Amino acid sequence: MHEMSIAMSIVDAVVANAEKEGGVRISGVELLVGKLAGIEAESLKFCFSAATKGTIAEGAALVIGEPEGTGECGECGMRFPVTFYYAECPKCRSLRITIVSGEEFLIQTITIEEEGE
Amino acid sequence: MCDTCGCSGDCGAVLRKPGESDYHVHVNPGTEEHSHSHAGGETHDHDHFPEEHHDRDYMHNHDGGHHHHHEGTSRKIVLEQDVLQQNNLLAERNRGYFEARNIFALNFLSSPGSGKTSLLEKIIPLLHQRFPVAVIEGDQQTTNDADRIHALGVPVIQINTGSGCHLDALMVNRAVKELDLQDNSLLCIENVGNLVCPALFDLGEALKVVIISVTEGDDKPLKYPTMFHEADLCILNKIDLLPYVEFDVAKCRENAMRVNHHLEWFELSATTGEGLAQWQQWLEKRLLHH
Repeated sequence: MHEMSIAMSIVDAVVANAEKEGGVRISGVELLVGKLAGIEAESLKFCFSAATKGTIAEGAALVIGEPEGTGECGECGMRFPVTFYYAECPKCRSLRITIVSGEEFLIQTITIEEEGE
Repeated sequence: MCDTCGCSGDCGAVLRKPGESDYHVHVNPGTEEHSHSHAGGETHDHDHFPEEHHDRDYMHNHDGGHHHHHEGTSRKIVLEQDVLQQNNLLAERNRGYFEARNIFALNFLSSPGSGKTSLLEKIIPLLHQRFPVAVIEGDQQTTNDADRIHALGVPVIQINTGSGCHLDALMVNRAVKELDLQDNSLLCIENVGNLVCPALFDLGEALKVVIISVTEGDDKPLKYPTMFHEADLCILNKIDLLPYVEFDVAKCRENAMRVNHHLEWFELSATTGEGLAQWQQWLEKRLLHH
């Protein structure tokens, strides 16, 4: 159940950044979780709401973007969508595929509320 | 509450040493190891005041900088920060330490019961005449594995992760400080038995070693592709049991290679010693030239 410890590290990171920016509350967090990142987005959402309890991120809307995987063929260089770590090049049938995207795991943005300017 | 010292460190990992029942160290996030270091690699700069954001946008054009969008009193901040950044930064510190002291660190990963500890028990006596060896053992509870390694006479420390399902870079960082590591040595880090979560957490190791045994399914690389994708070498253990189980070695290897065509492959039995010499040769070569 690594989603819980990951959710907690996300909360630590967004709270630290919000406080540095002078935010008193975090109302939104946008994550990028590639389809091949090894993270269950649904499970992460559930853990996130638990992990934010009692912090300035409590109640923040969590939006998770899930980019698809892309593989690149080591033989012919073709790029094509992949859903798993093993794939066959649709052009030359090679199995020497390198994943070039879909493993992203980023905190993209946070939306903070500031005390009246 | 910790049942050993009564402190409130109930969620963090604990370090233990075999034969020293009083010894235990809590690995608490928030200690200096975990603090927000802005040296090398941090991608943001906070030497400015919030009021200055509008007229000093140029400050944010450096790599990884922030872009701010004001909407009344709420403001969106672009971070583009890796979720595992804290772990990855600390893992790189561990890696730098290992490199500077020429310590070859291996992260051993597998499901529970594949024979990680038995394999270490077998290989360490073969190696530590020529190379100093130290071991970090990861388990949720007990020092059973560390006790087995301790019996070999090499330095060992046990990390009990409590409810945690994997080791992280902070635990290894703390454990290394408690171990008397020698230059030019081999450090074996035996992760918590789990084929899922440990794949995500860089510890600072040189290589990841995934172990499977013939009593598991030969489709394991396909069922847990992340682990096999992340690993550098794969060891198939318990090959002495092949006559008694339905396990297709060639198929398993092919499945592993489909997930990761860079994977180095070894077949051995920690019980009988079959195939161990090839892996020992490989290890000795890497210890001299890594």
